[in-house]
Amino acid sequence: MDLSFTKEEQAFRDEVRRFLRDNLPREIAAKVSAGKELEKDEILHWQEILNRKGWLATTWPAEHGGPGWTAVERHIFAEESARASAPRMPPFGLNMLGPVLIKFGSDDQKARILPRILDGSDWWCQGYSEPGAGSDLASLKTRAVRDGDHYVVNGQKTWTTLGQHANKIFCLVRTATEGKPQEGISFLLVDLDTPGVEMRPIRLIDGGHEVNEVFFTDARVPVENLVGKENQGWTIAKYLLTHERTNIAGVGFSARDLERYHQLAQELSRDGQPVADHPVYALRAAEIEADLEAMSITNLRMLAQARDGAAGGVESSLLKLKGTQIRQEIQDLYRSALGAQAAPDAEDLSENELTVPVDAARAAPVYFNNRKLSIFGGSNEIQRNIVAKELFRG
Amino acid sequence: MEFNLSEDHQMLADSLRRYLADNYDIETRNAAAFEAPYHSAETWSGLAELGVIGAFLPEDQGGFGGTAEDVSVIFEELGRALCAEPVLGALIGLRLLADAGRDELAAAVIEGRARVALAIQEPGIGCDLDPLSATARKDGDGWRLDGRKSAIYGGPGADHLLIVARIGAGGGQGGSQDGTLGLFLAETPALIDAAMVDGGGIADLAMEDLAAECLSEDAGAAIEDALDLGRIALCAEAVGAMARLIDMTVDYLKQRNQFGRPLASFQALQHRVVDMLVELEQARSITIRAVADYGSDNQARAVSMAKNLIGRAARHIAEEAIQLHGGIGMTWEYPGSHYAKRLVMIDHQLGDKNDHALRLIKLQPRKDAA
Ligand SMILES: Cc1cc2nc3c(=O)[nH]c(=O)nc-3n(C[C@H](O)[C@H](O)[C@H](O)COP(=O)(O)OP(=O)(O)OC[C@H]3O[C@@H](n4cnc5c(N)ncnc54)[C@H](O)[C@@H]3O)c2cc1C
Repeated sequence: MDLSFTKEEQAFRDEVRRFLRDNLPREIAAKVSAGKELEKDEILHWQEILNRKGWLATTWPAEHGGPGWTAVERHIFAEESARASAPRMPPFGLNMLGPVLIKFGSDDQKARILPRILDGSDWWCQGYSEPGAGSDLASLKTRAVRDGDHYVVNGQKTWTTLGQHANKIFCLVRTATEGKPQEGISFLLVDLDTPGVEMRPIRLIDGGHEVNEVFFTDARVPVENLVGKENQGWTIAKYLLTHERTNIAGVGFSARDLERYHQLAQELSRDGQPVADHPVYALRAAEIEADLEAMSITNLRMLAQARDGAAGGVESSLLKLKGTQIRQEIQDLYRSALGAQAAPDAEDLSENELTVPVDAARAAPVYFNNRKLSIFGGSNEIQRNIVAKELFRG
Repeated sequence: MEFNLSEDHQMLADSLRRYLADNYDIETRNAAAFEAPYHSAETWSGLAELGVIGAFLPEDQGGFGGTAEDVSVIFEELGRALCAEPVLGALIGLRLLADAGRDELAAAVIEGRARVALAIQEPGIGCDLDPLSATARKDGDGWRLDGRKSAIYGGPGADHLLIVARIGAGGGQGGSQDGTLGLFLAETPALIDAAMVDGGGIADLAMEDLAAECLSEDAGAAIEDALDLGRIALCAEAVGAMARLIDMTVDYLKQRNQFGRPLASFQALQHRVVDMLVELEQARSITIRAVADYGSDNQARAVSMAKNLIGRAARHIAEEAIQLHGGIGMTWEYPGSHYAKRLVMIDHQLGDKNDHALRLIKLQPRKDAA
């Protein structure tokens, strides 16, 4: 057994660290670290820096502009980026649509769309969920009916993350109503400027605008925007789900957040002693540290399996389940450590006005926002169902 | 043994519940709770007219109640309706005003003509008041206060501020301090106002030579009693809010279909709700214990048990409710998300589950070592 990375991998880690140190704008990292919402421009700015370096589309093969990394290198990059509080690149174009087009898209689609994802000309959002189709995605109802060279789309998508920044949406739509529900679904690309497409904001529990609803009323979409074949959408969606899930545990995010907690615990006092030395908090932080260390090894074990070519449906479910629990525990610990100082919504107040460390001003809202981690990306109950089905099969 | 409410208490609960149901829906609540002054003058006078505030004092102090049971009956209803009005500050402030013999001001508060808030908390204080470090010194006929106060519940828009500061402190940072805890009254000095994350007003106060009137030079015991009553109030509020949130979760699971059947038909989800219910009943029982023991030798222990248990139960129920609702539970528009926020944030008021566990350990009766 050898838990160490190879010399090359370690050199790669150093190179990533150096790059992040020299290129990640401080103000942006500070905002990420404090859990503040980034402006679209800030995200695009980091995107451009990564793209110039050739490190943007980490999952794409080199011929399409990816860095051609191994799974381990991708893991190292993701971990270091998270630790440095680099903005998380919206995954929709880079990690979702890109790989789908590379596998299922026509040559024309690849040539037309992939470069625009890289250079930021297009911002994609994901139109899977509907009001009536969440965990049961296959029950989706948004209809696309062929009419000459177009599909006519009617229906509603919801929970569309960062749709307010997007100009395009990739959708799962219903193109057939006979047979099993999974068999009548297609993967369709829609321009958000299309007449009949309307987006409305949804405000989340923390007050932020992060998700949207999208309404389609007789929206005419050219047939060349179909990806793969008609009624092949479910296969494509499933490919996406099992594709590239090494970062699903969010170990890098957890490591960064735990570091932030340790910093805060030294700044804060409770009952006359630093929170860092407070028995209850110290105990809990130590337990979480053990959980996280184990998680990162589990992550590496599964990474090694993936490297050696094993498929990983159940493994990725385990990573998602435990990884999100750990992330949520850290957010809870962070908020709890503030005691009475977590109560004010202090984001708009400056440092010397309220006695809340500026960096921690959004501790409670961030904790509430992160409840989403166990709901989206296949809820944790659905992940348990997947593992249970495998475990009790036959 | 009798666990049913007395007729009077049942009437109080019913009339408050009716008033809130008729006048205080979630839109009204949120419109007031997140915009300065973070509460509604109309709702406030409505509550005063109902006698809600007067119920916090006994008759001989100008009120019409004053028992821990009065307080818990009221706060359970406030919790059920997710009321964000500054009732907690009024409760604690009123008790201290009455203890100090300020009957006229107390009467004005009871009638809703004046509002009072309490500045006691300082950054880094759990529920142990020993490390409080704001100071008071005599200045001619009056007093001058220095130091930093935080977490003044209901501070924004209050007319009178009660301030706790140390008299005759030898100085020195942290640790146990000498001197007594004095209680002071100031016409509302400039506060730094903010909304609470879960709605309602909160404020900080920076004191430099702040002129104030002394109500008591040794108010330590009275303050502890008033705070314990405030903790009981928070526990009862949590019980009301938890009960309501569990109802909402059950309703939602019955009505939401996925995979061609109601979510309520998945046994894995039913069991989760059952566990929430178990926590609620535990929370209700420990609150009853604290109410019963208020004013007895066991007050501090019972209150700390309750506040610790409620802190754990409320987080559990809040997180599970969000999870079981799926995306809907994450939205501002859905009332359940605001209940969940309140339930989690209650643990940040008047000492959290850890602070109270430590207080309980300190108070644990020990056999003398032989
Ligand atoms: C912040 C946020 C961002 C999102 N972004 C996007 C996006 O960009 N694009 C997109 O398409 N979607 C997005 N989603 C939607 C997300 O994928 C769904 O919320 C998720 O699939 C759950 O669906 P639901 O919300 O309808 O909950 P439901 O499916 O109604 O589930 C409610 C509860 O029941 C449980 N449950 C459901 N079925 C079962 C079962 N069979 N057994 C046991 N338990 C079950 C669930 O786990 C959950 O706890 C986002 C969601 C959130 C909260």
